[in-house]
Amino acid sequence: MIATLPPAESWLERFPLLVRDWITGHLPESLGWLAVSLLAIVVILAAFGLLFAYLTLAERKILGRIQNRPGPNRTGWFGLLQPFADGIKAVTKEDVVPREADAVLHFLAPVLLVAMSLLGLAVIPFGRHLLAANLEAGVLYFFAAGAATELAVFMAGWASHNKYSLLAAMRALAQLISYELPLLLSVVPVVMLAGSLSTTHIVDAQGGWTFGWIPHWHVLTPWGFAGFVMFMIAALAESNRSPFDLPEAESELIAGHLTEYSGFKYALFFMAEYFGMCGLSAMAVTLFLGGWQAPCAFLEFIPSYVWFTAKLLTLLLGFIWIRATLPRLRMDQLTRLAWKFLVPLTLLNLANAAFWSLSAGWSGPMHWVRWAIALTVVVGPFLLLGRALTAGVAPRTYRYA
Amino acid sequence: MQDLSPGGAHVRAVHDEFHGDLLEVSMGPHHPSTHGVFRMVVTLDGERIVKLKPVFGYLHRNHEKLGEGTSYLGSMPYTDRLDYLCSMTNNWAYAVAVEKLAGLTVPERAEYVRVILAELTRLLNHTCLAGFLMQDCGCSGTPLMYAFREREKILDLFESLSGSRMMCNYQRFGGCRVDPPADWLARAQTLVDGYTAFLDEFEALLTGNEIVMARTQGVGCMSAALAVSAGVTGPALRATGVAHDLRKVDGYGVYPRFNFRVPLGAHGDVYDRYMIRVLEMRESVGILQQALAGLPGGPIMNPAAKLRGFRPKAGEAYGRIEGPKGEIGFYLISDGSPNPWRYRVRPPSFINLTILEDMCLGHTVADAVIILGSVDIVLGEVDR
Amino acid sequence: MLGSGILQGLAVTAKNFLGSYHDPARYTTVEYPEVKQQLPEAFRNFPFLVTENATDPMGTLRCVACQICEKECPPQCIFIEKSKDKKPDANGKLQIYPVVFAIDTSVCMSCQICVEVCPFDAIKMDQVYEIATTDRFDALLLNREQLAKPNEYFHQIHPTEAAEVDARLAADRKAAEEKAKAAAAAKAALPAKPAPAPVAKPAVVPPPTAPQSPGPAA
Repeated sequence: MIATLPPAESWLERFPLLVRDWITGHLPESLGWLAVSLLAIVVILAAFGLLFAYLTLAERKILGRIQNRPGPNRTGWFGLLQPFADGIKAVTKEDVVPREADAVLHFLAPVLLVAMSLLGLAVIPFGRHLLAANLEAGVLYFFAAGAATELAVFMAGWASHNKYSLLAAMRALAQLISYELPLLLSVVPVVMLAGSLSTTHIVDAQGGWTFGWIPHWHVLTPWGFAGFVMFMIAALAESNRSPFDLPEAESELIAGHLTEYSGFKYALFFMAEYFGMCGLSAMAVTLFLGGWQAPCAFLEFIPSYVWFTAKLLTLLLGFIWIRATLPRLRMDQLTRLAWKFLVPLTLLNLANAAFWSLSAGWSGPMHWVRWAIALTVVVGPFLLLGRALTAGVAPRTYRYA
Repeated sequence: MQDLSPGGAHVRAVHDEFHGDLLEVSMGPHHPSTHGVFRMVVTLDGERIVKLKPVFGYLHRNHEKLGEGTSYLGSMPYTDRLDYLCSMTNNWAYAVAVEKLAGLTVPERAEYVRVILAELTRLLNHTCLAGFLMQDCGCSGTPLMYAFREREKILDLFESLSGSRMMCNYQRFGGCRVDPPADWLARAQTLVDGYTAFLDEFEALLTGNEIVMARTQGVGCMSAALAVSAGVTGPALRATGVAHDLRKVDGYGVYPRFNFRVPLGAHGDVYDRYMIRVLEMRESVGILQQALAGLPGGPIMNPAAKLRGFRPKAGEAYGRIEGPKGEIGFYLISDGSPNPWRYRVRPPSFINLTILEDMCLGHTVADAVIILGSVDIVLGEVDR
Repeated sequence: MLGSGILQGLAVTAKNFLGSYHDPARYTTVEYPEVKQQLPEAFRNFPFLVTENATDPMGTLRCVACQICEKECPPQCIFIEKSKDKKPDANGKLQIYPVVFAIDTSVCMSCQICVEVCPFDAIKMDQVYEIATTDRFDALLLNREQLAKPNEYFHQIHPTEAAEVDARLAADRKAAEEKAKAAAAAKAALPAKPAPAPVAKPAVVPPPTAPQSPGPAA
């Protein structure tokens, strides 16, 4: 697909490549491949490290504004140095390890968690030319790495030898088992239609525009929209974000698996949460929002990585917005939502995607029939299952004495 | 898991024939959701509660004994510190008890001001409670911050009237301490006028939210019989459907002059307790409108009331009002000396808390937290 | 429909997010210490002792060490030691004065009962609140010298209450003077005797309105 590049590609689009070539140009030929890989790792670490730092600040600021308060604004100009102050604080704080804790696992859990949440970023195409590892089974690799993060949460909970941590570990496992399935099932239609597990192919499959301004992103199809929403719900659960932050559950389990962590290890957990959130959002962008593709043909002059970043930040903003609004679900409700709502819907969505693929040739009035059928398959089960899910739960009216 | 040596028994298994291993968790007294220093010793089967033992007294301050050692007037600022969200109603209940004991009458203007302050306190308390409850449900502070934003406006009113935001110490035996300053009533009117809009927005955020409903409906049910036999009062009792509101039952103060309704629940669960409070706030706004419109002139203090050397004649009196949390009452026995011979508080949140286990059994840890939140306790009052 | 309540909630938070940028009723934060909130006149923190004359604070304390506040103080944070001798107060009248007047502000609960029970308007509530110290014992135990503040200051922080108090004191003084005059006249009508008039009615009395004059302006 690289062959279909527009011929007049701007230097901005090629800018990261030019920088890479300039740096590797100084090195001997034999080390070039190593330098290229290392450079990718360094860039990802630096970029996402910085994104993490400022995402924490942005989250606190936005949460603050939503709650009608200013948020951190004392460290540096508009509080811009706050992440670094927090970092210094986390590093210099005492690292407390409970006497009864399993010291090795207690140490390994945050390390593993950060490592696993970073691994997924390798297969995300951040721009037309920006991809660390072009794996044939990139999507599979991403979710394999992602699943390991929940194990690390379990590890942390178990190793802390604390009752709250133990409860959090139990919750983390239940959540892992419940939400891996809808997460993967919501991705399967994309893989099916693109016919590939490679992230580059999936992005390329969403290229092009109808009339030059309607992009062919998956999210703009009925099955793609449903898949995107369900993917994001599962991603919220997968990254332990509100309203699915049950393992951490501040008001119930103090800090859940983080209860016995302090100092830099705590910061690592925090970092991993944001990396995981970024990774899943990036995957959602890749799978459903057209990856680095511009929304309209005439906007293509803006470099692809800018488009990717914009879409990524929009999704992250959505994460923050949801966190600011919703209370937490209970464990049984969480698993019920997964098994009785998301899993059936994702399975139906799979069939819907198959129908969409088979009916690709319909034209003329049949085109509208195709849309009607696909939309019905999305909306109908949603309403029915939604009603079943919320049975017995409704606003009430009250009488007066 | 089997390590039972001292210092090593952090995860102690409690063996039970039927349920296998149970986990005993001590939630509190430094748990983020116990509203202070309350402790629940819960025995868990998985996450389900099979036993719950409430432990309180961490904030015990000898309040009643202090009252016996202090003059009648000197206890007034201590009542602020019982339920520190509702100092105005605590003050009023105590003043009612002493006025009964000493046979003092209260001028009409003071009665109106008391009603205004009590209803503002009800708004403040219920707003905060809804915020806290949602925080317990796992909101990231948003409803709580909105609640506190409005609460600050009420506290500003209290401050400009009494000099202090929370420890108002404003009511006196036979009236109120000072007359409201010139612009106070206008400011109160502005606040009251805007409160319905705030409640609408607050409800839009929470009341219809599917997660809130799923978390709170059918959770922590309390039957009317249980509530009555345990002496539960206030919104928690009315949520079970028992129409008992001292403002109607006793008709104390000038409440009979105001037109208001008492909302009643049907299920007695957490959602009902939340909704009853929201509806009560709407009624309170109505009472405030009427009271502000009908506030008469005249003195705010009964000139016969003595400040220094106050010695009610020997006897006993029980004064009670409908506080935001329930029936707050003070029982006093006088032997004719400057100090009460016996000073007893009927703390609503303590009595409402006694049936916590009945509400929590069979629910999960997550539910126990919101059930506790919905009871509306302030540990200053529970532990005294 | 499932999700409608959630969407409604999201709309509310979005409205508040935007509102916090333009609506002062939503964004109520006051950024202390750069901006300080205007304290209401009624605001009270810890008590202080009123003196009539800022140049001689200890000589012109209104307090006559009657110890009522000490007795009434609910947390019993006031400690007073009476003088053995009498000194002329601001009006020149001989009075007992407090040799020691200490308030332990770490115990004080700012209830204002001392102010209410004081028959001499000698103790009033202060409004200072930036009073952190590094020593929690001696630095929080305020003595007579630290507590004494001039009447002008009282006028500054509680103008309405201070004006009332001054009017009342002036009225009392006038009544006392008239009574003394009447008594003197009555005495003069009786067998003429150069009574202790100079003692009872010294000419050095400052005009009662003197401390009041800068008050309302300040």
